[in-house]
Amino acid sequence: MLDKNGIAKRIAQEVQNDFYVNLGIGIPTLVANYVREDIEVEFQSENGVLGMGPFPFDGEEDADIINAGKQTITTMPGASFFDSALSFSMIRGKHVDLTILGAMEVAQNGDIANWKIPGKMVKGMGGAMDLVASAENIIVAMMHTNKRGASKILKKCSLPLTGVGCVTKIVTNLAVLEVKDNQFHLLERAPGISVKEIQEATEGTLIVNGEIPEMNI
Amino acid sequence: MINKKVNNVRDALKGVKDGMTFMLGGFGLCGIPEKAIAELVKLDVRNVTCISNNAGVDDFGLGLLLKNKQIKKMISSYVGENEEFERQMLSGELEVELTPQGTLAEKCRAAQAGFPAFYTPAGYGTEVAKGKETREFDGKMYVLETAFKADFAFIKAWKGDAAGNLVFKGTARNFNPNMCGAATITVVEVEELVPVGELDPNNIHIPGIFVQRIFEGKNYEKRIEQRTVIQKS
Repeated sequence: MLDKNGIAKRIAQEVQNDFYVNLGIGIPTLVANYVREDIEVEFQSENGVLGMGPFPFDGEEDADIINAGKQTITTMPGASFFDSALSFSMIRGKHVDLTILGAMEVAQNGDIANWKIPGKMVKGMGGAMDLVASAENIIVAMMHTNKRGASKILKKCSLPLTGVGCVTKIVTNLAVLEVKDNQFHLLERAPGISVKEIQEATEGTLIVNGEIPEMNI
Repeated sequence: MINKKVNNVRDALKGVKDGMTFMLGGFGLCGIPEKAIAELVKLDVRNVTCISNNAGVDDFGLGLLLKNKQIKKMISSYVGENEEFERQMLSGELEVELTPQGTLAEKCRAAQAGFPAFYTPAGYGTEVAKGKETREFDGKMYVLETAFKADFAFIKAWKGDAAGNLVFKGTARNFNPNMCGAATITVVEVEELVPVGELDPNNIHIPGIFVQRIFEGKNYEKRIEQRTVIQKS
């Protein structure tokens, strides 16, 4: 079974040369740590920066330079700052190549829920609704089940939706899944995890076609 | 040169009244109009509607107005860092309209640019689209969103001049430029008010035409929400 860093490591393999990438808060943020060093990638943060770098050295942090998670960051050579409307022009206008975000639930029709638990938790959608409504290449980073062991990979989302029919790929602590034709398709297993374990942790329809390889991480 | 300079925050907020709608720039605590917020607390204006991406933290930013129960309604995209906010919202004391971040920015920009409404794909098929007109363009569904209407916009810029020209710094830019000229009166506070002519016209982020009042604020706290650093080895 993968931990959060393992999930990030596997997703980093999906990041290609010359990609502009938007990373959501949580596991997606970790992806930046594992992207191959021999490719050129620029990270976009929706609060208004393209060309995000690592965290600053202690004492060099600047309150005016943060990412969407409100963390202090640095910028890379060639970086730029811009306003929020222009930032979402990049996102809505499909100029960002890859979007990686977290989810509470994903359904087999590609629906995603990640912003609200009615009566309990309401943090808001931030930029997630804009991202999922426009991006053509979305990877969801999430745990396969919740803390009580219930599946988060579902026939139908039970929580208020963030977007409809938009998720195409999911990387969990157990598996890599493709979402296609109203079904989940098992592409890879996490190291040491059996197909049976993945089937048991998946509430939605899971298609297992032939031998399923183990992730190479 | 049309002079927009006012002497202090008190003069800058002249005309602010109970029940008004305010826009406030900032993302988290980054680029928030600290001085205007402090003055709003002092003026104790009540039943106000605030349009701001976030709602501050419990003891800073818009959290100060929340704690004082001055806000009737918040229009935001993300409110996760404020316990008092969550308490007031879940108890029904505070009305909250959660809006996707890109839509929030565009509703400001539309007001600034004179568009009454626009179509966006964000929120289609979700509760955000409930009761709103939807329409298909080239096989994809979109939601009709309307421009904001506000009485005051409170803006924080890095540098400015008496003509109202503005330059922002880093990610403190965020919603600030989009809110300039999006309300009846735009009030700008800057860290440095420079002599007219000093800012290079090529490098001005917002021209003075979008600004009604500008003043220099002193001693900005600029609180950091998540101080993430790496140690020099």
